[in-house]
Amino acid sequence: MTATTNRQAPGPLVTPPAKPNLLYRPEFRQAVYQVLLVVCLIFAFWTIANNVADNLARQNIASGFGFWNRTSGFDISQSLIEYSNQSTYGRAFWAGLLNTLLVAALGIVFATIIGFLVGIGRLSTNWLISRICGAYVEILRNLPLLLQLFFWYFAVLKNLPGPRQSISLPGGLSLNVRGLYLPAPIAGPGFDYVLAALGLGIVLSIAVAIWARARQRATGERFPVLWTTLALVLLLPGAVYIALGQPLSFQYPVLRGFNFQGGVAVQPELIALVVGLSTYTASFIAEIVRAGIAGVPRGQREAANALGLSSGLTMRLVILPQALRIIIPPLTSQYLNLTKNSSLAVAIGYPDFVSVFTGTVLNQTGQAVEVILLTMLVFLTISLITSAFMNWFNKHIALVER
Amino acid sequence: MADTSRQQTRRAHGAAGAIVLSGVHKWYGEFHVLRDINLTVKDGEKIVICGPSGSGKSTLIRCINRLEEHQQGQIIVDGTELTSDLRNIDRIRAEVGMVFQSFNLFPHLTILDNLCLAPVWVKKRSRAEAEKTARMYLERVKIPEQALKYPGQLSGGQQQRVAIARALCMNPNIMLFDEPTSALDPEMIKEVLDVMIELANSGMTMMCVTHEMAFARSVADRVIFMDRGEIVEMAPPEEFFANPKSDRTKHFLSQILNH
Ligand SMILES: Nc1ncnc2c1ncn2[C@@H]1O[C@H](COP(=O)(O)OP(=O)(O)OP(=O)(O)O)[C@@H](O)[C@H]1O
Ligand SMILES: [Mg+2]
Repeated sequence: MTATTNRQAPGPLVTPPAKPNLLYRPEFRQAVYQVLLVVCLIFAFWTIANNVADNLARQNIASGFGFWNRTSGFDISQSLIEYSNQSTYGRAFWAGLLNTLLVAALGIVFATIIGFLVGIGRLSTNWLISRICGAYVEILRNLPLLLQLFFWYFAVLKNLPGPRQSISLPGGLSLNVRGLYLPAPIAGPGFDYVLAALGLGIVLSIAVAIWARARQRATGERFPVLWTTLALVLLLPGAVYIALGQPLSFQYPVLRGFNFQGGVAVQPELIALVVGLSTYTASFIAEIVRAGIAGVPRGQREAANALGLSSGLTMRLVILPQALRIIIPPLTSQYLNLTKNSSLAVAIGYPDFVSVFTGTVLNQTGQAVEVILLTMLVFLTISLITSAFMNWFNKHIALVER
Repeated sequence: MADTSRQQTRRAHGAAGAIVLSGVHKWYGEFHVLRDINLTVKDGEKIVICGPSGSGKSTLIRCINRLEEHQQGQIIVDGTELTSDLRNIDRIRAEVGMVFQSFNLFPHLTILDNLCLAPVWVKKRSRAEAEKTARMYLERVKIPEQALKYPGQLSGGQQQRVAIARALCMNPNIMLFDEPTSALDPEMIKEVLDVMIELANSGMTMMCVTHEMAFARSVADRVIFMDRGEIVEMAPPEEFFANPKSDRTKHFLSQILNH
C-alpha cells in the first residue's frame, strides 16, 4: 500500500519511466516476427526451387523460356490475332490470353446487365415478374456451371439445324450448328468521314450532357439528354453516310456447298461459353443486387416518398447509390469468379488461355514450371487489375462518416 | 412575406392546409390497427397525439401522406381526397412534410444536397433557387455552417433539425412529426423542440406524435390520446391534463408524468 502511494507521489522518489527492455517493445517484436517470417518463406521457396531444378536436370529437361520463340506447330480454332501452326509459342500465349479476355469482358458486361435487371425485378411488386426472376435465380445458381455449359453447347447450339436449314435472324444474321454468322462490314472510300462524324457526335453529346447538367443546376429545367444523344450519335453519322453515297457495304455470309462463306463467323463454343458464364454469374449478381437494395434501411425509401419523389427517382437517386456500396465488394468477387470459371472452356473446346497455353503448350514443351508460373501470373494480374479498379470505384462512392 | 399572402389565399379556399378523416379503418392482415378514426384538423391547427406503444399513432399519421394505405373511410388532405390515384398521392406528398423518429437523412448526400434533392427533382426548381431556399431554412434551424457536411458527421439533434429543414424546403402546408425527439439525448431534445415551437408560431398546420408533454401544453390546440387503434380522448391541453375523462387516459398520464 505504502509502496504504491510512494510511486504515485511526485518528487525524487518516483523512478523515472525507464525505457523498457528492447524485448518488451511492441515495435521491436513485430519487426522480429516479420523478419523471421520472410526468412522462413525464402528458405521454403529456395528448397522447392532447388528440388525442382535437380529433378529437371536429372530428367534432362531444359528449363527457361527458350521455347517462347519456337514454332508451335498446332492450330487454334479461333483467334483475335493472326495465328497459324507456323506461329511461335509466344504468339499462342497471346492468342489464348486474348480469347480469355474476350470471354471475360463479354461475360462481365452481360452478367452485370442481366444480374441487375433480375435483382431489381425480384423486388418488383408485380407478382409475375418477381416470381419469374426468383425462379431464374433458383434454377441457374443451383445447377453446376459445367452442366450448364454442356447444356448450351450440346443441347442447344449443337442441335441447331445444319447450314442448309439455317435459322435466319433479322439483319442478315444466320444461326446454325456451325455458329452465328454476321455480315462483315467492308468500308468503302469516304467511310472515314462517317467514323469522324460518329466521333464528333459522341463528343457533342458529352458536351450537351455537361451543358444540360449545368443548366439544370442553373434553371431547374431538364433537357432531353437521352434523345439528343441518340440523335447526335445515330443521325449525324447516318446523314454523312447517306450524303457520301453509302460508302459501306456488307459482305453477307452466303451458303456455298456445305457451309457459309464470307461474313463474320462466331463459333458456337464462344457463344455457349459467354451465354453459360453470363447467365450463371447473373444469378449470383441478382442475389447480390437484391441484398444490396434490401440492405438500404426502409426509412430511406419512406423519406424519399414523403418528399414526393416517384418510385423511379427514389430508386435512382436514393436507393441504388446506397445499395452500390453493399453491392460492389461481392460483385468484384463474382467478376473474378467469372474470369476464372472461363477456364471451363476446355470442356467444350473453346481455345481459352488455359486450354491453349497451360494445356497444349505445356504438353508439347513439357516445361511445366515455367508454364504454370506464367499462368498463375496472368490470372493474378487480371484479378488484381479488376480488384484495383473496383476498389477505386468503391472508394469513390464510399459514405463520408464522422 | 410571401408566405402570409399565400396563407390568406389558402384560407379563402377553405379546405387548404386542413385534414379531414372520417370513419377511417385500417387492418394489417387480421389485425385491426385503426378503428373508426374521425378527426378534423383546421388550417394552422396543432395536434399532439400520444398513447401507449402499439396503439397506432404512427400508422395514423403515416396514412395522411399515404406511407400506409387505409382500407375504409375517407381522408381528405388539403382539399384532395387520398385515393389510389397516383396524381393525388403525388400532390398530397408535395404539400405534406414529414419528420421521422430516425431522421432518415440521405447519408450519401451532403446536407445541402439533402435539402435540394426534392425541390430540384420534384418541383423542378433551379439548383441556385433551391440552394437559396435551403440555406435560408438551415439558417432558421440554426445550423447554416453545416451545409457542406454529410449527415454522418452531425449530432442527432443537428440531423433532426436538418430533417425538419429538408421537409420545409418543399414549402409544405402541413407538417407531420412521428416522435421526432425520441431518438435524441436529453440535451439535444430542446434544440429540436425550439425549432418546432418556432414553426408552430409561424402558423403551420402540425400533427405531432410525441410524449413531450411540456411541448403539448405550450403548443398544442388539441391533444389526442389513442389506445388500441381508437381515439379515446381529444381535448385542449388544459382540459386534457387537468381532468381527463377516460380511465385509460388517466392511467397513461399517471405513467408518463411520474417519470
Ligand atoms: N407493417 C406492419 N405489419 C403488421 N403489423 C404492423 C405493421 N406496422 C405496425 N404494425 C402493428 O400495428 C400496431 C400499431 O403500430 P404503430 O407503429 O402505429 O404504433 P405506435 O402507436 O406508433 O407505437 P410506438 O409508440 O411504439 O411507435 C402495432 O401493434 C404494430 O405491431
Ligand atoms: Mg410509432
